[in-house]
Amino acid sequence: MFHAILFYTFAAILIGAALGVIFSRNPVHAIMFLVLAFFQSAVLWLLAEAEFLAIVLVLVYVGAVMVLFLFVVMMLDIDVERARSGFTRYAPLGLIVTALMVIELMQVIWLRSREVVGVSGFAETPEGYSNTKALGSILYTEHVYAFEIAAVILLLAIVAAITLTMRRRPGLKVQNISRQVSVNSKDRIRIVKMDSEKSQ
Amino acid sequence: MIGLQHYLTMSAILFALAVAGIFINRRNLILLLMCIELMLLAVNFNFVAFSRYLGDETGQVFVFFILTVAAAEAAIGLAILVVLFRNRRSINVQELDSMKG
Repeated sequence: MFHAILFYTFAAILIGAALGVIFSRNPVHAIMFLVLAFFQSAVLWLLAEAEFLAIVLVLVYVGAVMVLFLFVVMMLDIDVERARSGFTRYAPLGLIVTALMVIELMQVIWLRSREVVGVSGFAETPEGYSNTKALGSILYTEHVYAFEIAAVILLLAIVAAITLTMRRRPGLKVQNISRQVSVNSKDRIRIVKMDSEKSQ
Repeated sequence: MIGLQHYLTMSAILFALAVAGIFINRRNLILLLMCIELMLLAVNFNFVAFSRYLGDETGQVFVFFILTVAAAEAAIGLAILVVLFRNRRSINVQELDSMKG
């Protein structure tokens, strides 16, 4: 019962935060609502006993990605009033599509699944179960290649972000490293032969 | 008893709100990126719920990789956004029509 009260409270806050992300006029407010949404999700994952991912969500998402968003929003000088002057003409259609999606998903989740699986809670975890340990033992054995590919993807993201945002300003004096390294001593010194001057 | 269906419902509502956000906010590119993040969060909810329901940690490994890819996507998307703003002085989606799409 207490578990259900906690779930509904945090779920309500999460949906409210998502509404805030969609409808807030100021992008900074929207990002703050998104931070709240991620935090509530982390709490809900803790309730579902996925502890490691909950902590990762807070540390990586709230700590890194959302701060990156905030940084970009504050760095760019966006005209808030002009950027959010009224909704687009697609908004009514979007709301209809969204309502249809929710109704259909509810039907699938509640009506169809009841015959198959029934309404029940999650399975009890055994005594002494550690989510982090179980996740680590499966991540570094069965999924180790995917793990390495993920590392390459992160490296790719770093390289792509740097190459996209780096700009060459004209008139800036820079070193040409490859020319400096591949220089030859013959190019540096020129020996000129000339007749010695005769004394008068 | 809070179980699989409650988490799936939660995730369905979250996903639908993110889709609505993409339809509504066609004026600001940053909000579109944030709605995509919300969608990924809803998908992660599904993975966590099914992982707990089936008692199999592989679903949580998938969430781990989705988080990795989402972080990379956010970094590259924001880099593109910065370059775009530097060139066009605007991030309004409806003004970005230089490709005549």
